[in-house]
Amino acid sequence: MAEQKAREVRPVGGRGHRNMPPGMKPGVKDPVNILKRLFGYVAKDYGVAFFIVLVCIVVSVLANAQGTMFMQTLIDNYITPLIGAKNPDFGPLLHAMSRVAVFYAIGITAAFAQNRIMVKVTQGSLRNLRKQLFDHMESLPIKYFDTHAHGDIMSVYTNDIDTLRQMISQSVPQLFNSAITIVTVLVCMLRLSVVLTMVALAMVFVMLQVTRIVAGRSGSYFMQQQKDIGTVNGYIEEMLTGQKVVKVFCHEEEAIRDFNAKNDSLFESANSANKYSNILAPINAQLGNMSYVICVLVGAILALSGKTGLTLGKLASFLTFNKSFNMPINQVSMQLNSIVMALAGAERVFALLDEEPEKDEGYVTLVVAEEKDGVLTESDKKHTGLWAWKHVHQADGSVEYKPLRGDLVMEDVDFGYVEDKKVLEDINLYAKPGQKIAFVGSTGAGKTTITNLINRFYDIQDGKIRYDGINIGKIKKSDLRRSLGMVLQDTHLFTETVMENIRYGNLNATDEQVIEAAKLANADGFIRQLPKGYDTVLSGDGANLSQGQRQLLAIARAAVANPPALILDEATSSIDTRTERLVQEGMDRLMKGRTTFVIAHRLSTVKNSDCIVVLEHGKIIEKGNHKELLELKGKYYQLYTGKSA
Amino acid sequence: MVQIILKRLGEYKKASILTPVYMVLEVAMEMLIPLMMASIIDKGVTQGDMSHIVKMGGLMVVAAAIGLFGGVMGGRYGAEASAGLARNLRRSMYEKIQTFAFSNIDKFSTPGLITRMTTDVTNIQNAYQMILRMCVRSLISLIVAMLMSLNISPRISLIFFCAVLFLSVVFSFMIRLAMKYFTAVFARYDDLNESVQENITGIRVVKAFVREDHEREKFATANQNIYNMLVRAENVVVSNMPIMMMTIYVCILLISWNGAHMIVAGDLTTGQLMSLFSYCLNILMSLMMLSVTFVMITMSSASAKRIAEVLSEEPDLKNPEDPVLQVSDGSIRFDKVSFRYQKESPDPVLDDISLSIRSGETIGIIGATGSSKSSLVNLISRIYDVSEGSVSVGGIDVRRYDMKALRNQVAVVLQKNVLFSGTVLDNLRWGKADATVEECERVCRIAHAHEFVEKMEKGYETYIEQGGSNISGGQKQRLCIARALLKEPKVLILDDSTSAVDTATDAAIREALRNELKDLTTLIIAQRISSVQDADRILVLDKGRISGFDTHEKLLEENEIYRDIYESQTGLGAGADFDKQS
Repeated sequence: MAEQKAREVRPVGGRGHRNMPPGMKPGVKDPVNILKRLFGYVAKDYGVAFFIVLVCIVVSVLANAQGTMFMQTLIDNYITPLIGAKNPDFGPLLHAMSRVAVFYAIGITAAFAQNRIMVKVTQGSLRNLRKQLFDHMESLPIKYFDTHAHGDIMSVYTNDIDTLRQMISQSVPQLFNSAITIVTVLVCMLRLSVVLTMVALAMVFVMLQVTRIVAGRSGSYFMQQQKDIGTVNGYIEEMLTGQKVVKVFCHEEEAIRDFNAKNDSLFESANSANKYSNILAPINAQLGNMSYVICVLVGAILALSGKTGLTLGKLASFLTFNKSFNMPINQVSMQLNSIVMALAGAERVFALLDEEPEKDEGYVTLVVAEEKDGVLTESDKKHTGLWAWKHVHQADGSVEYKPLRGDLVMEDVDFGYVEDKKVLEDINLYAKPGQKIAFVGSTGAGKTTITNLINRFYDIQDGKIRYDGINIGKIKKSDLRRSLGMVLQDTHLFTETVMENIRYGNLNATDEQVIEAAKLANADGFIRQLPKGYDTVLSGDGANLSQGQRQLLAIARAAVANPPALILDEATSSIDTRTERLVQEGMDRLMKGRTTFVIAHRLSTVKNSDCIVVLEHGKIIEKGNHKELLELKGKYYQLYTGKSA
Repeated sequence: MVQIILKRLGEYKKASILTPVYMVLEVAMEMLIPLMMASIIDKGVTQGDMSHIVKMGGLMVVAAAIGLFGGVMGGRYGAEASAGLARNLRRSMYEKIQTFAFSNIDKFSTPGLITRMTTDVTNIQNAYQMILRMCVRSLISLIVAMLMSLNISPRISLIFFCAVLFLSVVFSFMIRLAMKYFTAVFARYDDLNESVQENITGIRVVKAFVREDHEREKFATANQNIYNMLVRAENVVVSNMPIMMMTIYVCILLISWNGAHMIVAGDLTTGQLMSLFSYCLNILMSLMMLSVTFVMITMSSASAKRIAEVLSEEPDLKNPEDPVLQVSDGSIRFDKVSFRYQKESPDPVLDDISLSIRSGETIGIIGATGSSKSSLVNLISRIYDVSEGSVSVGGIDVRRYDMKALRNQVAVVLQKNVLFSGTVLDNLRWGKADATVEECERVCRIAHAHEFVEKMEKGYETYIEQGGSNISGGQKQRLCIARALLKEPKVLILDDSTSAVDTATDAAIREALRNELKDLTTLIIAQRISSVQDADRILVLDKGRISGFDTHEKLLEENEIYRDIYESQTGLGAGADFDKQS
């Protein structure tokens, strides 16, 4: 792998919490845009449903108002006339009640519909957002994963997405509901007294200012809280993955200490964030009461002076309205809590969504080919044993098919993970179809890096790599990678059955083909001894398998892929030499006539290669077959004898 | 379950008690203020009594100030209590996990533990804050409203009691149903988290096999499953709102009907009926708040269950009473040891192993893939316990040692080794927290890591990325060896720790170990015959049994497996000249 990777790229998208100086509190930037974007996502898939919800809210508000009106008129219109009557007729009352019962029923139905639909809207939006996150994440370049704490990325899917739930499901309907009430009441208030309304609005202005300040505070703490959760998540993930090491080094206490520090800062930010958002509602409630007192005083003076048209009766009604005016404002400020938190979560979600995906300007594709009358054409069969590059020339649109042969040329290739620090320099290499090319060299010489350039995990800085004469920059990344089977240094197994893990190499492989591949990789024997054989589910990255067994599975996976070319990066380092020999025979048979790149330290692994490339400090220092290199008595000789020449 | 959670309140008990107290203060003011408002209108405004208005207005300002104080303090302590509970829960869980044996961790899976420590704790935190603040608040206004109406008309308040009773029965039924769904959802959440984690750590495999779309599909399915279950769960939960509205409306209608009859009969005044209605609205508001809390409680009880599971899990490996703290020497003895990872597995991984190693010996261990070499050495530092027989170090059964003491003196360099994000020095100091730079350099020289560390941009201060992704496999291995050496152990176990190191460096490391650390018992698991052939004795394992245990020369003569391995590497025929020299 590499000496140095671009560490300075870590704080991408404002996620570089680890490097942030203490005391610096990031705030939510541009909340309006974040909200807009968030609702863009909701509206895109659930626009209609969301509209229906709004209609439901209006209906239930109106139905509710009917109920309130009924209660106001109940006594005057239906009860007082009956008092003192000899044979009171409850008929009209019953009639009014059944009328209002209908409104109630409508209100309940609307509320029911609103809640039901809202569940779908909320959960559906979150589902789509998670899906979009994952889809996007899969397209990010390797570099992103190298430079971000894994648990921190995971936290976006859980903790950050979760912050959006309450906001979409509750805050938004509540806001809408309150807005309707505010507007209706405001109109009524204006009709009673403009002056007093101005007084009330002045208080609302004060409330808004206070809200802005307090919500701003709590917002920046919520932002900090989401970052801290990410950090804690990252720490737990990293430490639990390495828990075995923690154990053998008795590092439990230190791990707890470090964790406590991170946990404490999460507590601090969570505490401050909640504190500020909690005090907002009481402050606004009491400001509302103040507004009432001021209105009553101003109103009383005005009314008693008798100069304005304000009568005492009107003042009394105005005060009632003032009371119901402040209530929705209070409800809104209670919801701010979840809105501010959602903003903090959304910012992190969007930061991940805005990461630059892997660039792919390639247009040459890999197709299954067949030869008809000596001419190579695209075949509709799944497998013919023949592949071709489909090169659509951009100039004239003509299509050219070039057979995939596995001919690889590197010319003056330079590469560094960081701009000014070269890991590879002046690499010149020719691999002929059917050859087995081996890379050897001391650790850190750049062997893995070379293979990472061939499959374009990273892009070269200078020089050219040609695959069958085509510049690999022109080949579509997915097709390039499909043409290269890879067995990586770090074996990775998925939480699935052994069968599925091998089938990962070729999703269309039948069970028989999988078993055949496992036999070729000499994995069949131990697989059959697992509790459920091929149906054993591997968990925790194949935790209970030995490193060698994991490698055998990885090889089987590559074998079932049956790729036109193959890269084996220390693929057999933990496999004993006797088993390796058997595996190698199998692989040689499979790869006959195809190009194979091998990285290994073990002599037995590279000895029979057609060409052995010796790397040191990112440069090729020797090249040749086993015999030639030994005769050279240079680095190769020294590496494998342990003696200097 | 609730007890397990609440036990973790610790120093936040005070805040947990103060929050409701302050909330009561706020609610009290909240109930007084409307009375004052009514008085202002009835006695002040309608009668044009300015002095009454000023007096009541002043009182209202005072009440508002007290209410504000109560509200702010309640908010403050509420935040502290809930954030504090969350903090203590995370801490206790993390501490608990540190006592876990690997079998315990496997049971929960890493992503599962992560969701428990973050998402689940956040759920509890939110619910707890809700309970302390909203629940208390709405319960009080509910009770006050009920009492007031009882005072006005016992007959009519009977309607309220019936309503509340009806709602509690319905809600408790709904909680039970929803809880079942939520529990299932959280398990799915773990799976989702796992799939994300696997894709992050295994991104190279995904990209190399161009399986992005396959993974996307897999994720989409898991995601859809979660959606389906959540929709089911929430559909149950959100039905509480319409049910509650219905109940309240029925109440209003019943009050109207009965109230009208009572008024006509002269048992009730119109003013009293109006008050009953306003209490009815009070009850409605409180119930709405309660139903929101009810949703949170339902969700959080599933979370609480998951947290309690971690906290009450018994670690599979435990320190003995009266543990031995000092390992006297580096001798190792296996006595009729057999071992299986799961009790129910039919075939043991190790079968009837008896051997003894003298202190200071260098032992090579060799055998085919899956011949249980790693399992054997894992028993020495008690990463797992034997199923039968006993393993002793320094003449004492490993189960009698303090685990920490044992693992400090028996250093293992694991096959699947891990470096952590942090500087090179940070990583080395895992071996010894207070190691000086000189000490670190010394062990790095022995492990032949010094050379490349020096060459890195910032030397020993170079930052290592998670999992050591910015250094090569061989470099990682050498740092891991250095890290283990810092412990100054009596026994050093190298579990295939130089597989990615070239032969020359490998030999140099072994040479340095021999010269610098003479009394150290060293066990070397290797695939390369050259790594073990100069050991004092070599243990040949075959399918979990000892096939031979002797010197290189003797084994070559007598042990067929060993000879076979030897020949496969020295490969009579191909490159023979080369191999004779080694």
